[in-house]
Amino acid sequence: MELQDNELITLEIIHRYVELLDKYFGSVCELDVIFNFEKTFYILDEFLLAGEAQETSKKSVLKAMEEADLLQENGGFQSRLFAAPT
Amino acid sequence: MHMLGYPAHFGQLECLKLIASQKFTDKRIGYLGAMLLLDERQDVHLLMTNCIKNDLNHSTQYVQGLALCTLGCMGSSEMCRDLAGEVEKLLKTSNSYLRKKAALCAVHVIRKVPELMEMFLPATKNLLSEKNHGVLHTSVVLLTEMCERSPDMLAHFRKLVPQLVRILKNLIMSGYSPEHDVSGISDPFLQVRILRLLRILGRSDDDSSEAMNDILAQVATNTETSKNVGNAILYETVLTIMDIKSESGLRVLAINILGRFLLNNDKNIRYVALTSLLKTVQTDHNAVQRHRSTIVDCLKDLDVSIKRRAMELSFALVNGNNVRGMMKELLYFLDSCDPEFKADCASGVFLSAEKYAPSKRWHIDTIMRVLTTAGSYVRDDSVPNLIQLITNSVEMHAYTVQRLYKALLDDISQQPLVQVASWCIGEYGDLLVSGQCEEEEPIQVTEDEVLDVLEGLLASNLSTPVTRGYSLTAIMKLSTRFSGVNRIKKVVSIYGSSIDVELQQRAVEYNALFKKYDHMRPALLERMPIMEKTATNGPTEIVQTNGEMEPSAVEAKHPPPVSQPTSPANDLLDLLSGNDVVPVIQTTLPSKPASAGGDLLELLGDISLGGGPAPTPAPAPAPAVSSTQPAFLLDGLTSQPLFNDIAPAGIPPMTAYNKNGLKIDFTFERANPNPNIAVITIHASNSTEADMTDFVFQAAVPKTFQLQLLSPSSNIVPALNQGSVTQVIRVLNPQKQQLRMRIKLTYTLKGSPVQDLAEVNNFPPQSWQ
Repeated sequence: MELQDNELITLEIIHRYVELLDKYFGSVCELDVIFNFEKTFYILDEFLLAGEAQETSKKSVLKAMEEADLLQENGGFQSRLFAAPT
Repeated sequence: MHMLGYPAHFGQLECLKLIASQKFTDKRIGYLGAMLLLDERQDVHLLMTNCIKNDLNHSTQYVQGLALCTLGCMGSSEMCRDLAGEVEKLLKTSNSYLRKKAALCAVHVIRKVPELMEMFLPATKNLLSEKNHGVLHTSVVLLTEMCERSPDMLAHFRKLVPQLVRILKNLIMSGYSPEHDVSGISDPFLQVRILRLLRILGRSDDDSSEAMNDILAQVATNTETSKNVGNAILYETVLTIMDIKSESGLRVLAINILGRFLLNNDKNIRYVALTSLLKTVQTDHNAVQRHRSTIVDCLKDLDVSIKRRAMELSFALVNGNNVRGMMKELLYFLDSCDPEFKADCASGVFLSAEKYAPSKRWHIDTIMRVLTTAGSYVRDDSVPNLIQLITNSVEMHAYTVQRLYKALLDDISQQPLVQVASWCIGEYGDLLVSGQCEEEEPIQVTEDEVLDVLEGLLASNLSTPVTRGYSLTAIMKLSTRFSGVNRIKKVVSIYGSSIDVELQQRAVEYNALFKKYDHMRPALLERMPIMEKTATNGPTEIVQTNGEMEPSAVEAKHPPPVSQPTSPANDLLDLLSGNDVVPVIQTTLPSKPASAGGDLLELLGDISLGGGPAPTPAPAPAPAVSSTQPAFLLDGLTSQPLFNDIAPAGIPPMTAYNKNGLKIDFTFERANPNPNIAVITIHASNSTEADMTDFVFQAAVPKTFQLQLLSPSSNIVPALNQGSVTQVIRVLNPQKQQLRMRIKLTYTLKGSPVQDLAEVNNFPPQSWQ
């Protein structure tokens, strides 16, 4: 936090991040974070970049996460598909 | 590179392999690992550059997003340089998901490599016309960063102010939008960001500030404050109003908002408000005064950081009108606060009391209160300050000494109080015993009781060596003021064999005074003259005034020539003026009084007068009052230690001036305690047939030196070399530079006044090395 940063809005950012986690995991608790820590990082990456908030709308962040997760599953699926013919 | 304390080097290459793979899962985890495990300090990260480059051009936006993310979070300056072009390209795409990431990535690039800023300029052109809040937000961040870094950009972006104002207006006016909403306020993050950019843009520019006035007022009044979000926006608004050139009504509004914050229950908000008020109190003093009572209430808060800020703010708010009330509160605070605050609080109280004291008595009362409550925490130089203050308030002497005596009876553990009290009793003991005091009920004290108290101090374990020195000196002074000398003699001789060297020395010397120099004792132990201060704020140095400080005449006065007391008494003189506490004289006064200082200043040309501060405006009743006899003392004081300490340093004398029959020789000595001080004695002799009368010698030195002229032996230089006038000059040369001096001589020869200027450059090297 720099000298000229607004401290109160930072509180808001932290609050917003927790809300995102909550929405994504559905009433987040500590265990969720422990077992899925990489997901929490991904959500953080969607929300903040270079130290600043990039997306203020919760919906967009969560949508991006969903699509990325799909891609993740599909990607795995795709490689298996290719592997099948041999 | 460690994670949770365990070394994590093994993962770095694996991350790189993962990033290079084609599967999205691998890439995702690889980039995450890279962000966590790699940073600029590892060389391996450069290998990532190529992967990132390829991924920035990938077909899937999420891969591109990942790459941008990684670059934005941990890209080093080399990577940034290489990939800036790609980022810039992505900044122009229509895909808003990528655009916002690219914008923040650009921010990072600019932070790392400021020279690349111009590259991003064209892309920013239509950033603000986006609808997507995400892009809008990030582009505002980008603009903010650019404006902060470069004033040219700032000028360039000023024209965007109307657009920003419009966006902000829409935000506030538009209805409820669920996705950007935070407890009823639409997109507070964007609002705050825009406000911040407006602040930077409007900082010194009147036009932009004017355009913003309305919207700021609107935001300030419409935002609801029940939740933290609203307060966050209001806080940002206040900061913006303070920074730009807003009209005064708006500023008052801002300060009122801060005042409201102070009443809020949430500690964070109060803290934030106090910090901002501290920043604005310099400029908008009156408006902040209105909230004075709230601020003073904050002093009683439980939280330490709030208390500290409230204290600082309270000191900033003290002024002539409210000083009594504020002081009462602050003194109460001093009683009850933690030790870490006491020192600051005490200093603050002293400063404010000095500046705004409504009456001397109040001032002394306040200081006494501070000393009794927080005595051990006050700063060291407050003791001399207080002593000087007391000597200045002549009419309060009796009252002061009486109060101090009573305080001493109660408690002798607080050293500064004890020191001041013993000094005062030494000086004004006769007033105490005589029982006259207008302000208070006089108490009946006998000489014996006073001596009991002082002896108790000497013997007590609680007293530091310094305090004991004070008490011994005080007892000695009382020998002239009281009648029972025998007791004092006994005490003094007991301490002649004390273990503490300082005390022993004093006692021995005082003994000598009783035995051999009894006739001089009354003169030596006279009352101290009123001391002058050099500055009225901050740590002040007590300066001993030389007799020459009388501002009335133009010519140098010469105090009645006196015979110098012999050596043992000189050390006494040293001690008696309390030199052990006050820093050894560093007189930086010009030797001539103020009006003659004007002459010197004319003289100057390019060499400026060394030791410049003009004689002080401080409360100095005409020194002429009490200075004739003590002036002798002080003169003796200033010149004596020199003559005592001088070892002839073997510096060759020189002729400084020889014209029209007037010859001026300089002889040098070095003052041992301070090798930077050169002592020059001038001898002026006259080889013409007539006397030179009204002889005045003046000197000026370059800025790096400090000069002090003592009084000459006489004003008349007798003719035909029958005698000479001597005068002592002390030059302080801390930087060991070559000594140069400009001298001005005025005298009257055969009825006509003669003036001459000369420059003296031929100082022997030993005099200034």
